[in-house]
Amino acid sequence: MAPNVEETLLEVKDVKTHFFTDEGVVKAVDGVNLSLRRGQTLCVVGESGCGKSVMARSILRIVPAPGRIVSGEISFRQRNGETIDLAQMNPRGRDIRSIRGREISMIFQEPMSSLSPVHTIGSQIMEAILLHLPVSRSEARKRAVSLLDLVGIPRASEQLDAYSFELSGGMRQRAMIAIALACEPQLLIADEPTTALDVTTQANILDLISDLQADSGMAVLFITHDLGVVAEIADEVVVMYLGRDVESGDVDAIFHEPKHPYTRALLQSIPRYDSRDRERLYSLKGSVPHPFNRPGGCPFHPRCDEFIADQCNTIDPGRYTVGGDHSVRCLLYEPSAAAQNVGASEPPAPAQNVGATR
Amino acid sequence: MIWYIARRILYLIPTLLIVSVIAFLVIQLPPGDFLASLISKAEETIDQAQVDALRERYGLDEPIYVQYWKWISGIVARGDFGDSFEWNRPVSDLIWERLGLTMVISLVTLAFVWVVSIPIGIYSAVKKYTIGDYIVTVIGFIGLAVPNFLLALVLMYVAFRYFGQSVGGLFSPEYIDAPWTLGRALDLLSHLWLPVIILGTAGTAALIRVMRANLLDELSKLYVDAARARGLSELRLLFKYPVRVALNPLVSALAWVFPALVSGSAITSIVLNLQTTGPLLYRSLQAQDMYLAGSLVLLVSVLTIVGTLVSDILLAWLDPRIQLQ
Repeated sequence: MAPNVEETLLEVKDVKTHFFTDEGVVKAVDGVNLSLRRGQTLCVVGESGCGKSVMARSILRIVPAPGRIVSGEISFRQRNGETIDLAQMNPRGRDIRSIRGREISMIFQEPMSSLSPVHTIGSQIMEAILLHLPVSRSEARKRAVSLLDLVGIPRASEQLDAYSFELSGGMRQRAMIAIALACEPQLLIADEPTTALDVTTQANILDLISDLQADSGMAVLFITHDLGVVAEIADEVVVMYLGRDVESGDVDAIFHEPKHPYTRALLQSIPRYDSRDRERLYSLKGSVPHPFNRPGGCPFHPRCDEFIADQCNTIDPGRYTVGGDHSVRCLLYEPSAAAQNVGASEPPAPAQNVGATR
Repeated sequence: MIWYIARRILYLIPTLLIVSVIAFLVIQLPPGDFLASLISKAEETIDQAQVDALRERYGLDEPIYVQYWKWISGIVARGDFGDSFEWNRPVSDLIWERLGLTMVISLVTLAFVWVVSIPIGIYSAVKKYTIGDYIVTVIGFIGLAVPNFLLALVLMYVAFRYFGQSVGGLFSPEYIDAPWTLGRALDLLSHLWLPVIILGTAGTAALIRVMRANLLDELSKLYVDAARARGLSELRLLFKYPVRVALNPLVSALAWVFPALVSGSAITSIVLNLQTTGPLLYRSLQAQDMYLAGSLVLLVSVLTIVGTLVSDILLAWLDPRIQLQ
């Protein structure tokens, strides 16, 4: 089976998804780049409202109105080897529908509301199977039972006729995963699938996803704000801020050598069990700006500890490579600026702000 | 499910008993005795023997609970609702005579309301804040605001002036007392559209708003996105999930449709001269025709209770979230 592991499955290039409201344009996603290889796990992290979910929905083209992709490219390599640009597809068309559920599946944040309240679990799994695979109803039913079994739902053949309200939160998310896996997709997009669950259930679901991934070789795009989850499952990480990828790289680089001041601040805000007593937890100053009030220059500059006056608020930083596939959008790492700015040539150590009181 | 229905039907018995007591009290509320009004109205034709016989039959000299027992046992045992004084005929004859046409008009109106308003409501919700939605909304509000009797007068004028149709009533003059033939049925159909549109307009307008609001609530739910992410086409998705869920509240609205079958739209029916139970109830209340009025009140109450039961059973069947406990 094993296809070339290094093969790129999904490549998102400078995608912008804007919402055209009466009050103005909300640039929910404003230039995101990421790439995902077969069988790998990419985690997208960021605060609430940074455009993670809209980015994930943009890939499947299920962005709710009045949002739409205004530019960019989403290249996806299909099973048959053909590469297509999802951003160019009609979101209501037949082409994108043959991708949804078949090549790319998605699970959502709230398993409580992502299942129909008036249909059985089984009917929703069978729907996904019958939409994409040439099988009979009885075969689809058999397959649905084995899927429920696979995701660890006990008494699968009975639970097939259960309604979502008859299951616990964790079981519902397992059922959602079963639906998502119904046609053995190449890519699973998981939009904060564990946020609404309690901690023990979270761990179970994460284990389930990694096990299934190991068995099937599918790639996972995992959206989360939980850095603990990232450390556990990610191969690659993309850090998003205000609709941008501010830093991306492999998980070791991001955790051990974070470059962007935002990434460093996020990592410092994690409570640690080995921290000294009565030490104040670092917290990022300010909050995410209102979408209509987007700062000029680097969008992070009003909250940044390394703010360079007259530069960060005027120059929109590009993506600078800082070794391997580790890239960062910050003027501190601009090759020519590094030569000019003495203070920036030696990026401050990540630990600098530990224990700082704001 | 069967136990649930059986239990609900069992609960009907005490409820109906209480309702019948209240209906009887309503009959007795107006001051004066119906025989007094009967005698004062038609002194010459009624002799003392007849008055005594009536007094004996209804037990008017007896205490109120005995009277109630005679009335209710007559209804339960013999289907005897008493006599109408104004019409000088048994109440049951009067009601049955008109109930058929009332049912026809009401059920056709109900079908009209649902067939028109559900698709428009769906359209209005799916295309919210578009020109089409605004047009539908404006028409809906006009339909809601215009009184039925006014609409009746205007449409009657239009039907008479421009289509040369005999308006008022449900039959052309030559068919009024004719036996049922194909011609009479066709004549009924050609007259039916006017009352159906008039009686249905307000309901249609209201239901469009209800359907639109219900569906808008459902459209933004995550299970819709999840089904879309599975690769379902927009149309199938719409009808299989959000519309299906949005229709449930409409079923509970059935409860008040049943009593409206009998008592509703009295004024419009009078304007249109329809031979339905609405004007009968109105007239009996005016004339203090107490047994007729009381029996109609009882009938309306029974239909309310039965309507509630039917809609509850339907909802329990349609919506698995309803626990049958």
